[in-house]
Amino acid sequence: MSVSPLSPHAPATTDRGPAERLLRCWFPVLALIVPLFAVAIVSDLAGSVMIQRTVTEALIRIVVVVGIYVFVGNTGVISFGSVTFMAIAAYATGWQTCCEALKPITMPGLPEFLRDHSYSLFPAALAAVALAALAAFVTGLVLMRMSGLAASISTLAVLFIVNVVYSNWDSVTMGTASMVGLPRYVTLWVALGAAVLAIVVAWLYQSSRFGLAVRATRADEVAAAACGVSLYRARLLAFTLSGALMGLGGVLTAHFLGTVSINSFFLKLTFIALAMLVVGGMGSLAGAVAGVVVTSVVIDVFRRLESGFSIAGANWSLPAGTQELVLAGVMLLILIYRKDGLMGGREFHWPSNRGKIAGT
Amino acid sequence: MSNIVQILADAISLGSLYALVALAIGLVFGVMKLINFAQADYITIGAYALVVPSASVTPVLLLGALPVALMVPGVMLVVTLLALATERLAFRPMRNANPATLLISSFAVSYFLQHLVMMVHTGRPKSVGIGNSLAGAVEVLGVRLPGNQILTMAVAAVLLVALVFFLKKTPMGIQMRAAAENFQMARLMGVRANRVIAVAFVMSGIMAATVSLLLVIQTGTLDIRMGLMPVIFAFFATVIGGMGSLPGAALGGFIVGFISVLLQAFLPAELRAFRDAGVFLLVILILLVRPQGLIVDRAAKERV
Repeated sequence: MSVSPLSPHAPATTDRGPAERLLRCWFPVLALIVPLFAVAIVSDLAGSVMIQRTVTEALIRIVVVVGIYVFVGNTGVISFGSVTFMAIAAYATGWQTCCEALKPITMPGLPEFLRDHSYSLFPAALAAVALAALAAFVTGLVLMRMSGLAASISTLAVLFIVNVVYSNWDSVTMGTASMVGLPRYVTLWVALGAAVLAIVVAWLYQSSRFGLAVRATRADEVAAAACGVSLYRARLLAFTLSGALMGLGGVLTAHFLGTVSINSFFLKLTFIALAMLVVGGMGSLAGAVAGVVVTSVVIDVFRRLESGFSIAGANWSLPAGTQELVLAGVMLLILIYRKDGLMGGREFHWPSNRGKIAGT
Repeated sequence: MSNIVQILADAISLGSLYALVALAIGLVFGVMKLINFAQADYITIGAYALVVPSASVTPVLLLGALPVALMVPGVMLVVTLLALATERLAFRPMRNANPATLLISSFAVSYFLQHLVMMVHTGRPKSVGIGNSLAGAVEVLGVRLPGNQILTMAVAAVLLVALVFFLKKTPMGIQMRAAAENFQMARLMGVRANRVIAVAFVMSGIMAATVSLLLVIQTGTLDIRMGLMPVIFAFFATVIGGMGSLPGAALGGFIVGFISVLLQAFLPAELRAFRDAGVFLLVILILLVRPQGLIVDRAAKERV
């Protein structure tokens, strides 16, 4: 009897066709992707432009939160610095693709190959993601040496260092001003493709031997080390992969909005992304995706309530800032009453398993 | 020479401010393994308690209008009650959670409080004139030092001595150190968990109130994020000092303060804007050499 290397949860039953086995292996991924496709199709056919924008935004958030999940969820170490890699990639793609005529004036400090040339979109995105992954790898080399909590705090240092540098390096980043005029190619379908890619990559990683090793360190550092898992290498790989996915999220954000500004990649985004992960449950990929969906709906509802609604002919609106208070409140309630989030650390499994899952 | 004395005075006063914040964080971390982001908002709210909520840039004074002998205890009372409320409502229900969960919950508490202040007082910075009489310079050792700097150093020195006395000589302080060493064992010996944790929060509240008053006297402004940077620097102070070690936290506070002032003084003018990045970079370099921190606390490492 062979258990597929792809899934730690493959059922220990025999006499099934290869097609069904494959379906079982990939069911947790399909259960996430298929509804996303459905939402995208419905909003493309029937939704207003506003709805389509909201859905696109949520799909980009899925890339970001899955990116954070790849590190935080698999290692159990909280990272406050992940959005840094979004900023790095967003600026990198901006430098390559933005406003060829204006660049020499607004950003004279860029090296010549960026200042005087523009590059096509896809290679630029790849280069930006690679740069984000490289930055994550280099910072990981230093940070992953520390114990969990100290590493969490130190990720804050990364966030602040990059923020200070990009806010003040006027000749290259235009300081705190926004870089405007990036090509806006991120449509609903591009965002959907990226979200699917992020989910598949995260799933392949977490069911690979490297992913299993790093999840073992989350469960028990000492026991994992005793089994020959190097805490340092396992976490470093997770951090690098997470950095690459964050970079993808940054590229998408930049080309969705058409502008890049360093202060949009700071504590607020860190909070929202972590809140989404906590609400869904940081122990599973399904939790990361569900958290984005649920939280996006909550945020959107309160955003509308803040901008005004009418009951019985009278106009009401919640005071500005309610949205943030509700989000923080929901996050705290989840942490108190349902510590493992809505999904409770589980993936969606093939419904007919009925407790016959291997290893449980 | 006088320049060096001035830099030294700057470094000591900034360092003692960070040391106070770091000790407040270290005290709470010791008893419940919580790294409290909300410390930043204790400081902010302490400062905002001085004024009446309004959208005005120069608001009417509330607690700030009282004479000093009432104002200082008043601010301390407000912040202490706030600290106790966050403990009771947010942190006590998840006391047995792991440190990563606690860290993230304090991040949420901080975000909540920050937006609450923003809702009540609006987000724009305000100016407050308390302690203007302290802005005048005083001559010490042939150098003219601003009065508020001397005040900061004096207050920090008094609080540090008082804290050491409390921890070493009073029954409550000894219980607190025992709880930090081994919480389970301390409880078995009759230390009351709720009380020890509440006292730690009261002390972190008192220190936050002190820091907020010192900050307001120094800068004369109120800002939603005024508590953030001191607390972030204090986090690093506790990490370089060695998590769980109180002397380490104080030492780390002074180190961070010194690095910050030295960079400000000796960086070339065009690089000065990058000072904070330099501080964080040096902190990371220290951690590269000593990932466990300068003073390694044996109780902090879980036994297997």
